[in-house]
Amino acid sequence: MEKLCYMSALELGQKIQVGELQVREAVDSCLRQIAAVESSLHAFLARNEEGLEERICEVETGIREGRYSGPLAGVPAAVKDNICTRGLPTTCASKMLEHFVPTFDAEAVRRMEAEGMILLGKTNMDEFAMGSTTETSYFQITVNPWNREHVPGGSSGGSCAAVAAGEVPVALGSDTGGSIRQPASYCGVCGLKPTYGRVSRYGLIAYASSLDQIGPIGRTVADCAALFAVISGRDEKDSTSSGRPLETLKELISGGLKGMRIGVPKELFGEGTDEEVRKAILDAARSMKEQGAQMEEFSLGLTDYLIPAYYIIACAEASSNLERFDGVKYGYRSPEATELHEMYRKSRQEGFGAEVKRRILLGSFVLSSGYYDAYYLKALKAKALIKEEFDRAFEKYDCILAPAAPSTAPKLGTSLTSPLKMYLSDIDTVAVNLCGLPAVSVPCGLDSKGLPIGMQVIGNRFQEKKILQAAAAYEALRGGFTRAGLEWR
Amino acid sequence: MGRRIDDATMDNVELLAKLTLGQEEREKVRGELEQILDYVEKLNELDTEAVEPLVHILDEVNVFREDIETNGDGREEALANAPRSKDGQYMVPKTF
Repeated sequence: MEKLCYMSALELGQKIQVGELQVREAVDSCLRQIAAVESSLHAFLARNEEGLEERICEVETGIREGRYSGPLAGVPAAVKDNICTRGLPTTCASKMLEHFVPTFDAEAVRRMEAEGMILLGKTNMDEFAMGSTTETSYFQITVNPWNREHVPGGSSGGSCAAVAAGEVPVALGSDTGGSIRQPASYCGVCGLKPTYGRVSRYGLIAYASSLDQIGPIGRTVADCAALFAVISGRDEKDSTSSGRPLETLKELISGGLKGMRIGVPKELFGEGTDEEVRKAILDAARSMKEQGAQMEEFSLGLTDYLIPAYYIIACAEASSNLERFDGVKYGYRSPEATELHEMYRKSRQEGFGAEVKRRILLGSFVLSSGYYDAYYLKALKAKALIKEEFDRAFEKYDCILAPAAPSTAPKLGTSLTSPLKMYLSDIDTVAVNLCGLPAVSVPCGLDSKGLPIGMQVIGNRFQEKKILQAAAAYEALRGGFTRAGLEWR
Repeated sequence: MGRRIDDATMDNVELLAKLTLGQEEREKVRGELEQILDYVEKLNELDTEAVEPLVHILDEVNVFREDIETNGDGREEALANAPRSKDGQYMVPKTF
């Protein structure tokens, strides 16, 4: 029989609901896997140990009494460490928040608790979600479950590695420029970046507020859809969250590929994209076409301007959002400062890592008097043009197919030497955030090094159903995905 | 490939960012920022004369609610995260 820790979240939930499996057994299977792999994987920053026993009992009782009757009741999960969890440290993988313990739960976490899910811990990430490899974490390096010499991707690298390695069936990540989809691709798991406004950002420590979105990570499309159904919907505490009607889990993943119009933008398959990545995704596209999808290559304009527009906007917003870390109410305070402004500057200087400082400085520059129009305003205008480009594409297509990243996971220690080079690797993911679109990354093959390749299915705003439907149908065609070997342990 | 960030600009950006970089770090970052700016200036190729800047991607309009407290006091809990506090207040170094 399938090792319990690799069972899908929905199957676990179903077995728990009918009494075939105890919540405790599901949790124990994850804890055993964590004990077996974590010392080499380093996916977790904090573990939820203190209240766990009590929570298991509470959920078991709740399921028996019918209070927890959802498909994920009793299912263990992990949460990225920039999402607030009451009583459990939430550090953003930064020295700045090393000792920060939130006094409230993020809305997405509250909804998972209300579903009866069991939170096992907080996962590693790039510091303040700034990075593409999880190597900017102040605390530790997470390795790729497929090959320990490679990165798990980022910034939600801990969540994706934990799911890929069977430590948890599902996890939450956050995606500002690809931070769910790219590490999901590198780790061979599924990751959904929902439409802007579909999931409450209340309790997500902000990086770039017009781009940030919380989303689910799982080993199957259906598991992602199930967790998405749990966390999505209007929340009074986030005024950008939308009250539009939601689909049920069943609606989200059913319907198949027949008649679906899918566009393949040739610009995202050109120079700079690994040949093996290109081939794997075009092969996947061919198999989807054979199932009745209408597949068409098209030209997506303005792709040269995606990264420039994205980094200007993201850094501008980051410089503003991260002003709050001043050493007064929470977070790190430099012990040396004797005067208030000196305290602000020293605390930030000592509390933030290099990548975070770089982005704050860049953001401060593009927003500064004399440069605001030339950089920030220009980027917002470029964003308007990019949005029009996608609006036009979605007049013709239900979904757009693209790589989740131009290559598979790079080796550890090779990405941080050139910030610009690292930024350029986000070419396949940032447009989705600029335009507020939903997109899901689903594994579609392995390269010759044995590392996973991810295909991205992008939809129009609030069209999660179409992309999940297409991704689920592709996944069924593909069959079970090879599992991260973990032989290297 | 201009050098836009002279010493005065760098001082100003550090001040806005509320950071005090070390000398070596400052020169390294300055070079990196120049390199990034060289790249993002690609946007100047775009004719945006007639384009309105796009801030909000969704059509949703501003949302109002009554200003009613729902989350209780939480003072002790919140203060527990403060680097220093005294008599139920945040404590900071001399301000003047």
